[in-house]
Amino acid sequence: MKPMRALLGFIVLAATLNVSAESGLRLEPAPAKRLDVESLQRGARNFVNYCLNCHSAQYMRYNRLTDFAISEQEIRDNLMFATDKFGSTMTVAMPKADAVAWFGAAPPDLSVEARVRGKDWLYSYLLAFYRDEKAVTGWNNLVFNNVSMPHVLWKLSGVQRLVETEYEDEGKAEAAVTAAKGLALAERINDHKYVVKTLTQEASGTMRPVEYAAFVADLVNYLDYIGEPVRNERIKIGIGVLIYLGILLVFAYALKRAYWKDVH
Amino acid sequence: MQKILNWIDDRFPLTTLWKSQVSEYYAPKNFNFWYFFGSLALVVLVMQFLTGIFLTMSYKPDASKAFESVEYIMRDVAGGWFIRYAHSTGASAFFIVVYLHMFRALLYGSYRRPRELLWIVGCFIYLALMAEAFFGYLLPWGQMSYWGAQVIVNLFSTVPIIGDDLGTWIRGDYTISDVTLNRFFAFHVIAVPLVLLILVVVHLMALHEVGSNNPDGVEIKDTMDPVTGHPADGIPFHPYYTVKDIVGTVVFLIFFSIVLFFWPAGGGYFIESDNFIPANPLQTPEHIAPVWYFTPYYAMLRAVPSFLNSQFWGVLVLGAAVVILFFLPWLDRGKVKSIRYRGSLYKGWLAAFVISFLILGYLGVVPVTVWGQFGEKIPVLGTADKATVVVRVLTVIYFLFFILMPWYTARDKTKAVPERVTGK
Repeated sequence: MKPMRALLGFIVLAATLNVSAESGLRLEPAPAKRLDVESLQRGARNFVNYCLNCHSAQYMRYNRLTDFAISEQEIRDNLMFATDKFGSTMTVAMPKADAVAWFGAAPPDLSVEARVRGKDWLYSYLLAFYRDEKAVTGWNNLVFNNVSMPHVLWKLSGVQRLVETEYEDEGKAEAAVTAAKGLALAERINDHKYVVKTLTQEASGTMRPVEYAAFVADLVNYLDYIGEPVRNERIKIGIGVLIYLGILLVFAYALKRAYWKDVH
Repeated sequence: MQKILNWIDDRFPLTTLWKSQVSEYYAPKNFNFWYFFGSLALVVLVMQFLTGIFLTMSYKPDASKAFESVEYIMRDVAGGWFIRYAHSTGASAFFIVVYLHMFRALLYGSYRRPRELLWIVGCFIYLALMAEAFFGYLLPWGQMSYWGAQVIVNLFSTVPIIGDDLGTWIRGDYTISDVTLNRFFAFHVIAVPLVLLILVVVHLMALHEVGSNNPDGVEIKDTMDPVTGHPADGIPFHPYYTVKDIVGTVVFLIFFSIVLFFWPAGGGYFIESDNFIPANPLQTPEHIAPVWYFTPYYAMLRAVPSFLNSQFWGVLVLGAAVVILFFLPWLDRGKVKSIRYRGSLYKGWLAAFVISFLILGYLGVVPVTVWGQFGEKIPVLGTADKATVVVRVLTVIYFLFFILMPWYTARDKTKAVPERVTGK
């Protein structure tokens, strides 16, 4: 058993050597809704209506939306505006050169964005836009400073403002981040000056903050889905595979015991 | 049936081979947990070959299509996601299994006489495996693929005088490009696997010639059973170890499946999140880290300072860290093979070596600034990154484990080795 313990120690050690988040930003965890088909339907609607003009999802096919328990006709009627071909992918008409000229950077394809950033990042990012007159677009973002994307959803969310509070030592600044509701970011200016950045609602939009958060959660759920459409199936198959291997292990072990009976 | 077998045996030594390599290959009866990893390495090798063949059917080695074709495999190819995850998980599993297999050799002195050549062939397998992993990692054509390859090829560019030309020669271009992708594909799917396969066959033949070591480090051929003429402590590999290895394989497959089906990106270690951004030669990622199995060496590379206006020293250290493994059989002067009978000196050095290797691996993943700087109050070290200084110390420990080995193994107070193998 001794070597087993050594290996276990090795695994535990390896697991604790995890990469920590780089900045002092605390992300808002995105609600887990992997199996919530209605949330995915709403997310697809939100994506098609608000994102799919600038952002493509060029590896995601429209016909895959049938995964959300909706029919081909419903998809054609409500979600397909750019093409007639049910099997085509979610592309946009905006040429890349124009996009660069208008925004400074081409809006990234969102097919696998959730796999790059993680869904918590995307969720926090979409909640983190605030009014900033100094920025070219008039908007800035607490999660992605000086982002070139304008706040497309501002009519829904309303307008947020940045609140900066200064602290003299790091401990107090960290305590303030922990105590703050919602997104909070601590920045070190120098050894005696720390700034904690939070956001406050200045003008309301057509949605209440909780409604907007739910809207974003659905959208992020959808983005998380298109990052890996096979995920739910993968997990389902995985459970079956493990049950099979568990049973196989019993037989394999019995076989080994039977053969090794005469070895002393 | 027997007739067919006789017909074949008259023309090809099938039964002889089966007997000599499997059913009458006598292995020590006291193999423990650590002895599963040899057969598991073979299992993973076969899995990588099979999944690799299927991936090749849908993958496009073309800079403008490679990234897309991987997503195509993940989404549109029937079962493609399974094949791809099995291959990506297999790559990491291969290194986990091989590292544990090599650690077993360190524990029980499996590289010692008469198994020196076995160990050397194994080291070549490790080298081939690193090459295979490196070439394969470029193929998904993500940002980490691209910039990882850039960093590694640039290592060759640091060679004095011929460096720049050497780099261009390897890439086939002035930057990593479509040409590079195509040749890396050729190396990954045929050249290196072929070498790997041949080396594995040689490794097994060498093993079956000298016979397996065991946790006691006792040569079972020294005590023959007078009646049967076989080693008294040996049992035929088949059926005893084939049925035992089936158990090991199933347990391995359980762990493998947990990763494959529930955790395929391995927390960003088995598939790095930045590799979901298509390769962009104009945008260097903020932080380039190779996959975890290279990071101990990568940490060493980064920590070696430039000297005489050249970065080549880091490359030399990296190369030496791998090459020194080959000399192990002649560095160890211990009177015993197995850790069970070694003294505290070897145990201490081995522990220091393993801990250094693990921490080096961690520090190769994270940015050098991870622990900050010492601050100006401390002279000499002042502005140095703490992590870099730690890596330098650990690199020295890594090398001292080998360089001082002739001294500490000879001086070590060993225990008496039994004549025959003990129980489990």
